[in-house]
Amino acid sequence: MSELRELAGEPVFGVALTIGAYALALRLNRRRKWMHPLFACTGMLIMLLLVADIPYEDYSKGGEIVSFFLGPTTVALAVPLYKSLLTMRKHLKAIAVGVAAGSIAGLCVSSLVVLAFGGSKELLITLLPKSVTTPIAIELSKQLAGNAPLTGVFTVLTGLLGSMFGPALLRLFGLRSDLAIGAAVGTAAHGIGTGRLARESEAQAGISGFAMSLSGLVMSLLGIPLAIWLPIWLR
Amino acid sequence: MAGIAILLLYNLLGLALHELLHVPLPGNVLGMLLLTLSLLLGWVKLKWLEESAQFLLKHMMLFFAPTIVGVIAYFSEIGRHWMLIAVNLSVSMASVLLVTGWTVRKLTGGEEEVERV
Repeated sequence: MSELRELAGEPVFGVALTIGAYALALRLNRRRKWMHPLFACTGMLIMLLLVADIPYEDYSKGGEIVSFFLGPTTVALAVPLYKSLLTMRKHLKAIAVGVAAGSIAGLCVSSLVVLAFGGSKELLITLLPKSVTTPIAIELSKQLAGNAPLTGVFTVLTGLLGSMFGPALLRLFGLRSDLAIGAAVGTAAHGIGTGRLARESEAQAGISGFAMSLSGLVMSLLGIPLAIWLPIWLR
Repeated sequence: MAGIAILLLYNLLGLALHELLHVPLPGNVLGMLLLTLSLLLGWVKLKWLEESAQFLLKHMMLFFAPTIVGVIAYFSEIGRHWMLIAVNLSVSMASVLLVTGWTVRKLTGGEEEVERV
């Protein structure tokens, strides 16, 4: 049994487990269209770790290797972005305004929900920056004196939610253009939403990656007035 | 393999820009913007990296899996306020999504543009 424990600490364990679960999740998704591959993959992994009582620290030795590829993959979004820039150049301003409006709406709605539930100030701050890409969200949470690791958790969960339900929700409200879908999903669900669009439409993925970087910029800029105003307002 | 090398190089460039000039975007996002610019200026040719980029992008979601699995360390913390958190996450996600989508549609001329970029 102890040998088995040691095996779980080998990087190849986490890598094999993650890619195995992902491959299974893709198969599942082919048969059951509604089953989001990332949800299925992480669901399987979490259950396995809990049932087999494998510490997350062991799993993450391999997990970190898989996560590493997020760097070059985000850079690779330049390809669909470049292609869509050739055709959507005249809509850049519309996308920028949409991203800013959506980001501000998100901040307001998020605060209102916390206030309605009578949540703490710390929770309010921790929940604020969650729609932007994870490193920016964590940084903002730190600046505003929130619980930064917990913000990271809310950020990936928001991304997963937006990735699972975003496109369907937009369709429900009659939003079907590549521009609207790309901009909305990139702003609301950062890379995780963009990753889903990348499997479905190159045009949407390019716009989504662009919206994701714009919303990161908008949030970083909003972080400055928020850092001044929040402590006064929440006193 | 040249494609992967270019992507990693721009990732590194983006990181350098973030670290040295303190641009408030993460290194990989800066790398994406720099590479887009280089493609537009013709410094980098699309065919050098298109295949690698498409392979990575197709599986972009996989690379998020370990981070999401990391949520298990916070199960108890989430459990304490799960109602608030569940409502907050879903309602704010939906409002960002719809406000952005509606604004973009309004500014790009609504229905006529549909299905086409």
